[in-house]
Amino acid sequence: MSGGRPWFRTLALVLGFAFLYIPIVSLVVFSFNESRLVTVWGGFSTKWYGALLANKQIVGAALLSLKIAAIAATAAVVLGTLTGMALARFGPFRGRTLLSGMATAPLVMPEVITGLSLLLLFVTLEQLIGWPQGRGMTTIIIAHITFAMAFVTVVVQSRLAQFDESLEEAAQDLGARPAKVFFLVTLPIIFPALLSGWLLAFTLSLDDLVIASFVAGPGSSTLPMVVFSKVRLGVSPDINALATILIAIVAIGVAVAGVVMSKQQKIRDRDAQMALAANQQMIDSLKKG
Amino acid sequence: MTASGSAVPLGQRISVWLEHALGAVAHSTVGTRLKRWGLTGKALVASIPFFWLMLFFLVPFVIVLKISFSDAQIAMPPYQPVVSWASERVLQIKLNFANYAFLIEDNLYWKAYLNSIWVAAVSTLLCLLIGYPMAYAIARSNPATRNVLLLLVILPFWTSFLLRVYAWIGILKNNGLINNTLMSLGLIDQPIQMLQTDFAVYVGIVYSYLPFMILPLYANLEKMDLTLLEAAADLGCRPWESFLKVTLPLSLPGVIAGCLLVFIPAVGEFVIPALLGDPGMLMIGKVLWTEFFNNRDWPVASAVAIALLLFLVIPIMFFQRAQDAGSAEARR
Repeated sequence: MSGGRPWFRTLALVLGFAFLYIPIVSLVVFSFNESRLVTVWGGFSTKWYGALLANKQIVGAALLSLKIAAIAATAAVVLGTLTGMALARFGPFRGRTLLSGMATAPLVMPEVITGLSLLLLFVTLEQLIGWPQGRGMTTIIIAHITFAMAFVTVVVQSRLAQFDESLEEAAQDLGARPAKVFFLVTLPIIFPALLSGWLLAFTLSLDDLVIASFVAGPGSSTLPMVVFSKVRLGVSPDINALATILIAIVAIGVAVAGVVMSKQQKIRDRDAQMALAANQQMIDSLKKG
Repeated sequence: MTASGSAVPLGQRISVWLEHALGAVAHSTVGTRLKRWGLTGKALVASIPFFWLMLFFLVPFVIVLKISFSDAQIAMPPYQPVVSWASERVLQIKLNFANYAFLIEDNLYWKAYLNSIWVAAVSTLLCLLIGYPMAYAIARSNPATRNVLLLLVILPFWTSFLLRVYAWIGILKNNGLINNTLMSLGLIDQPIQMLQTDFAVYVGIVYSYLPFMILPLYANLEKMDLTLLEAAADLGCRPWESFLKVTLPLSLPGVIAGCLLVFIPAVGEFVIPALLGDPGMLMIGKVLWTEFFNNRDWPVASAVAIALLLFLVIPIMFFQRAQDAGSAEARR
């Protein structure tokens, strides 16, 4: 017996997941509400979706946010992978402690501090070297890369810590240069971690209000900034519609990822089985010979 | 993405190309010169993120510190320089402690700091009380359901944080979901004021940060050696005794990691008190925001940030130590 009473564990899960999911379900349900009063049911309607897509400000901000998130996530994956490699594979080197400190601190750093400090940096840089000229998309992207790469680093580092270093050593023993080892051995193995790191960075960037508010300039309002100024004035059904679209995208993405991963797992299992069988055959033939 | 994937040919092509390029560099005089400076491939890999983080993470704090010592002025940027040329030869450094004196003298800031720490601590405890049983139940369920449950914990995290906080406005407000339900059941006649109270802020923080508590706890509880519990049972421990004497002490690293992951960002939280809390509620993240955006007093905002950072330096260092210990353990 693994300890704990089954009914207690079931209760903890049911209540916990109810707490996590009731707000999300309520967002979705009331996005189909005819009534403007978000929480009073007035019949089924999809008119808020139409209203949402007709809102040029929201659509424009959404496109800007998607662009920023795609660029920031890609750069964050590159930098986060380099950091993860350095921390997990290079052993002790000068500056390792500082690097690991700088790479993990953004995980917990309150966003108001990150936002303020980056803004002051950009202002100072502009005074000193004239770059960046004003603030906007570029400064938001830099800010998002910096805080999202911390999350990628953690994901990559823990993936690298899990897998067997002897695979890389074997490739190196067979004469592969470090770059070749990385691209042919390490990268394919940690690829799922990079993918989830990219998605994580993308989501974080798409979702960030506080840091973007500090480093954005006039005319570069991201989606969270527009949403925040709208919901500050109270609930509005088109925001529910926006949330529902987002939730649908995430749900579909998760379903697709699940199917792909289970398929890959099957292929991997079959490969492993074939390898084992071949191994057995070889042992048998060696015994005979 | 193993041997059968299509990424290998592409990867191979890239690597061959890179190898040629690197080889060309390595064999040229440039290569030997670079090596003499200690610029090997490894150093290059480590130095790119290193310099990025120096420039965009560490240096900004120095600038915040500098500006926290400057005078506010109505200009762009709205502060006076700390370092300036007094005459042609004399570099003048003018440190102005007035911003900090202001923070200490004005009760508002003390109250905001203490209140933020209190709110964050209570929310962390609530997260632990809800998250621990969940993490425990997930870790002890069978492997197939375990993955599904874990996914369900992470899933809300992928949808927008802002919109999930927004969802609580609809649930908690006076004609919101809870009040409407209670009134239609006849349990109450008047709506209960829940939105714009401290209660709503606690709900918001616990709700948003719960996955951050569950995940490290789960990671810890999942790898626990269950034979220890059998041994405890054989030696006459009741289930709750063996939980208190074996499971709980062993899961302490997970508890600490989860608590820090919730507590530190919650202290500086802005969005949740701004949307769900009373407009007059004092939270330091909100104070900083107001100083910066509404009062446009950058030096005071910087001083607030530095003071907040000083409060958080010890928990952040604890967090990093836990993080390092965790990755060292995973390597073993």
